[in-house]
Amino acid sequence: MRGMWAITKKEIKTYLTSPIAYVLIAVFLLISGYFFYNMIWWFNSQSIAMSRNPYYMKQLNINRFVYEPLFHNISVILLLIFPLLTMRLFAEEKRTGTEELLYTSSITNGEIVYGKFFGATFVLFIMLLLTGVYAVFGYLYSKPETIPLLLGYLGLFLMGIAFIGIGIFFSSITESQVVAASLSFGMLLLLWVLSWSGQAAGPSLKPILNYLSFFEHFKDMPRGVLNLTDLVYYLSVTYFFLFLTQSYMESRRWR
Amino acid sequence: MIEVNNLTRKYGEKVAVNRISFSVEKGKIWGFLGPNGAGKTTTMRILTGYLPPTEGSAKVAGFDITKEPLKAKKHIGYLPEIPPLYNEMTVKGYVNFVAELKGVPSKERKKAVSQAIEKAGLSNVAGRLIKNLSKGYRQRVGIAQAIVNNPDILILDEPTIGLDPAQIIEIRELIKSLKGEHTVILSTHILPEVTQTCDGVVIINEGQLRASGTLEEIQERFSEESGIYLETEPSLAVEELMNIEGIKEAVSSGEGVKIFWEEEEKGNKNLNEFIRTKGLNINEWKRLTSTLEDIYLKIVASDKGGVK
Ligand SMILES: Nc1ncnc2c1ncn2[C@@H]1O[C@H](COP(=O)(O)OP(=O)(O)OP(=O)(O)O)[C@@H](O)[C@H]1O
Ligand SMILES: [Mg+2]
Repeated sequence: MRGMWAITKKEIKTYLTSPIAYVLIAVFLLISGYFFYNMIWWFNSQSIAMSRNPYYMKQLNINRFVYEPLFHNISVILLLIFPLLTMRLFAEEKRTGTEELLYTSSITNGEIVYGKFFGATFVLFIMLLLTGVYAVFGYLYSKPETIPLLLGYLGLFLMGIAFIGIGIFFSSITESQVVAASLSFGMLLLLWVLSWSGQAAGPSLKPILNYLSFFEHFKDMPRGVLNLTDLVYYLSVTYFFLFLTQSYMESRRWR
Repeated sequence: MIEVNNLTRKYGEKVAVNRISFSVEKGKIWGFLGPNGAGKTTTMRILTGYLPPTEGSAKVAGFDITKEPLKAKKHIGYLPEIPPLYNEMTVKGYVNFVAELKGVPSKERKKAVSQAIEKAGLSNVAGRLIKNLSKGYRQRVGIAQAIVNNPDILILDEPTIGLDPAQIIEIRELIKSLKGEHTVILSTHILPEVTQTCDGVVIINEGQLRASGTLEEIQERFSEESGIYLETEPSLAVEELMNIEGIKEAVSSGEGVKIFWEEEEKGNKNLNEFIRTKGLNINEWKRLTSTLEDIYLKIVASDKGGVK
């Protein structure tokens, strides 16, 4: 535990002292802010247009028309950004030889992996925290429902840690950060598009592909529904890839 | 403190370390000597638990490094061949991170860090970023991180490489000052480093152990065949000596002569008789000792191997 915490702190410090995290957070806020602005603007004009009709007005729900699509957009931005945040976690240590320090200290491989995982999770947390501005804005000018909003954030967080798990694994199998980012990006895209191919696939394959797809499991959360299967899905993807990383670390040194 | 037993490490087909055994007593400084590619780094990586051995075992501080790696690693401070530095950290931040990683309790950490920094001669650069340091200073940071948790055993892979002559002396003094409480293994190509700092030496070549023991033992063992230095009054004539049975060669050296045996026992007897009949006074009679350098070169040059 002590070793894990030391590594987590180190990773957080490294993120905070190197430009990459700031650049990515800035890009993230810029793009998500742009989406939010557009949606709010659209929602606003709709509200004005419908303000004369109380029936339609009731249908116009800010959660449904602003936050739900916003969360979906944010999840895609996270998908594009996280391989770049996680790529250095192991690849860099391998390239510079600092892994020799980690592996000869009296800490377990698990502590190393989870230390790095929590370090990256911290950045995810900061990112999501900063998007809290969008939620605050909603409360100031409208009446969003809180539960779907919170669940939307929970969903983003869960999806984010799964991205991190995948990124960490691919970072651990190569010395090259570019290769690590490319591989995890490829993997994330694959998990993303699975649901599209699910639409076209036959009835037997469809549920499987849908189950594996990253975004299928996200759909319900911003609508205020938390399914146990979704929760289990993200946690097990995360755990699976972190476990894979650990196994790879152990096997690699025997060769 | 360190016990190595039949250690073998293969990289694929290539045997980098081949059935090496040796042991190092507590509190001693042991040198690890061998030409490039001999297997020094590989052996040290096994001892520190970075690489698993293909065969054989190593016990460090009483713990088998493959069976109880965490316990063994607790007692080890390690300076790898390439110092494992994080460029974006400051010297102090880095040493503090290593202290934390190695489990130095938070109450003692501050003191441990500043002591390590001071011992390694880094006080004036403690606040600088590692990436801006010169090579010698980076090496010192490597040494500081190795000693920060006050380990029982220090394993240093070429600790003085890249340092200037004054720094080399400082670091040697530092290493010597660790003796007693700490057991040290250091690898090097520099022979005087071994004679000046080490109590014993392990010489390996092409992955195989060529010699190991205390400096005295090694010198004793490898000097046997060479001969003696003899100084008498009046002095000896080299030509006459050469005629004595059992003596291979005699050369004058300073005031006396160096005599090399063909057959030590016989030569000894005949020489004694010769001196008695001539009525010579013996001023000095001592066994010729070869320097470690001679021994090393002899061992490494003899590709026949198996010189023991
Ligand atoms: N990862 C590796 N894969 C394959 N071969 C390796 C690897 N590491 C070392 N070797 C080989 O093992 C042998 C021993 O290497 P090692 O680094 O232990 O030598 P060394 O004694 O430390 O040499 P030097 O004095 O140059 O540092 C060399 O022939 C080297 O080429
Ligand atoms: Mg080496």
